[in-house]
Amino acid sequence: MEPTALVALLRELVPSAEIEPVPTVDRHMTIYAASGQLSSLVQVLHDHADLDFRFLAELTATDYWPREPRFELVYVLVSLSQRLRLRLKVRLAGSDAHVATVCGIWPAANWLEREVWDLFGIAFDGHPDPRRLLMPEDWDGYPLRKDYPVQIRKTPEAAEPLQLTAEEFRANVARDRLTREH
Amino acid sequence: MPDVRTETMTVNMGPQHPSTHGVLRLVLELDGETVLSSAPTIGFLHTGIEKTAEQKKWQQVIPLVERMDYLSAQSNSMAFCLSVETLLGLDLPQRVRDIRVLIAELQRINSHLVWLGTHGMEVGAVSVMLYCFRERELLLNINEMLAGFRLFPSYMRVGGLREDLPRGFHDAVRAFLDRMPSKLDEYEDLLTKNEIYIERTRNVGRISKGDAVAYGLVGPIARAAGVDYDVRKYFPYLGYETYDFAVPTRTDGDVYSRYLVRVAEMRESLKICRQALDRIAPMGPFAVSDPRITPPPKDKVYTEMEALIQHFLIYSQGFTVPAGEAYVPVEGPRGEQGFYIVSDGTNRPWRVKSRAPSLLACQALSKMIVGGLIADVIAVIGSIDVVMGDVDR
Repeated sequence: MEPTALVALLRELVPSAEIEPVPTVDRHMTIYAASGQLSSLVQVLHDHADLDFRFLAELTATDYWPREPRFELVYVLVSLSQRLRLRLKVRLAGSDAHVATVCGIWPAANWLEREVWDLFGIAFDGHPDPRRLLMPEDWDGYPLRKDYPVQIRKTPEAAEPLQLTAEEFRANVARDRLTREH
Repeated sequence: MPDVRTETMTVNMGPQHPSTHGVLRLVLELDGETVLSSAPTIGFLHTGIEKTAEQKKWQQVIPLVERMDYLSAQSNSMAFCLSVETLLGLDLPQRVRDIRVLIAELQRINSHLVWLGTHGMEVGAVSVMLYCFRERELLLNINEMLAGFRLFPSYMRVGGLREDLPRGFHDAVRAFLDRMPSKLDEYEDLLTKNEIYIERTRNVGRISKGDAVAYGLVGPIARAAGVDYDVRKYFPYLGYETYDFAVPTRTDGDVYSRYLVRVAEMRESLKICRQALDRIAPMGPFAVSDPRITPPPKDKVYTEMEALIQHFLIYSQGFTVPAGEAYVPVEGPRGEQGFYIVSDGTNRPWRVKSRAPSLLACQALSKMIVGGLIADVIAVIGSIDVVMGDVDR
């Protein structure tokens, strides 16, 4: 399927969709979609028999700071039955970057979206488990953003406060110590 | 009769546990021996390689990406180079393509041998580990011959290879290829019909074909579940369409099928290696002849002014890559892997993202172990062949 045919088909299936094809150098058809229409678009891409993008190969983001719109989300979709590869991209503004989750369509997206949240700070509305994935849970900032400094020092903190005071800890140790009479 | 109170037990497995292949932490909720739920925690090996890569020049990224998935170093660097070469629009010499195919397939056998050895050991067949590491040693020797390094050779370069094949390379590879089939038979003698091994692995950690696709599983795990997706067949690169090989698949999707698929894959890789080795001429180009990218030969650097300048420019400034994005998928030992790279037209990458097959395998782990026995958790973790360096990057 040619990119033009794909765009025509998508415009027919989702009449309101704003789709913008762009030329690429690798073997991926690439289209930009509006962030508000992502859910309806991916549903069609996943379900329609001629498209059948059942396989989400990759979900990531790029930060183009200081340009606006700052972020670009990238979904790499593969259709095994049609032997197609599609790169679906979504532009997001820097302030309050958020987009609908695709976890309901591809369960694989769960951790991938958590990783994007963790490293870029892009929120996924309706995500079942919106926590950090790779960084510690108490980490400040989003490391893969371009305005995040490369070398910073941070004192590690425990994710949960200690549940014992120092005195209680010493008392416990003293209580449990094996005393031996010689 | 007194009231007997029962409750579930929470077991914390890892991050320091020998069977988690690195630092994977699983919080398991158990009812007796049955796993009720599992919550994998990752990130203990996160080193920010993607952020580091943004500070490096293009050629300097290669040693970094080799350390992501540390059991398939050469597949990683090859995938990265292919993406950059696509963006540069380079046309590789045929000899370079053939050498890369050979190295990638040797890397696959290498990775599968480590997998088979550790997996066998975890389910109780300790001798398999010793057998597999014996043959892996030969592959590491070939790496050492190629580049002076055994695990992370950094032999791939954008535009080709670092240097030409060493003297005696063909003989060393051919000796390995002649030795390997009988050794594979030996491993199969130990496991394939072994009653204990079959009991331990059949119908354990099953995943259906539909779930395998939905969870983005690739490579041997997906092929063991009946998904015949292999990048080498579906989206050929480096001329894989001209090689004669089969893609082994099974339909059960359990640990035993994954074992059978990987062993069969090693046999297919040997077939590809033989074909590639026959195509590689002893002498010929080992990189594109593009003065912007490939350094001049050393004897010219010492004798010609222009070559010296070119050498100096390549090693100090590097080369620039046209603005754009590229992602070239390759079939690594764990399935589709590749690097999504973005360039802003300078000599350093703007973004490097590794598609990590192990990450998605790790995500689907809960799907495979919930409902099974705790003893099977070990067998399942082994069977999905996660490399935590690839998961956490």
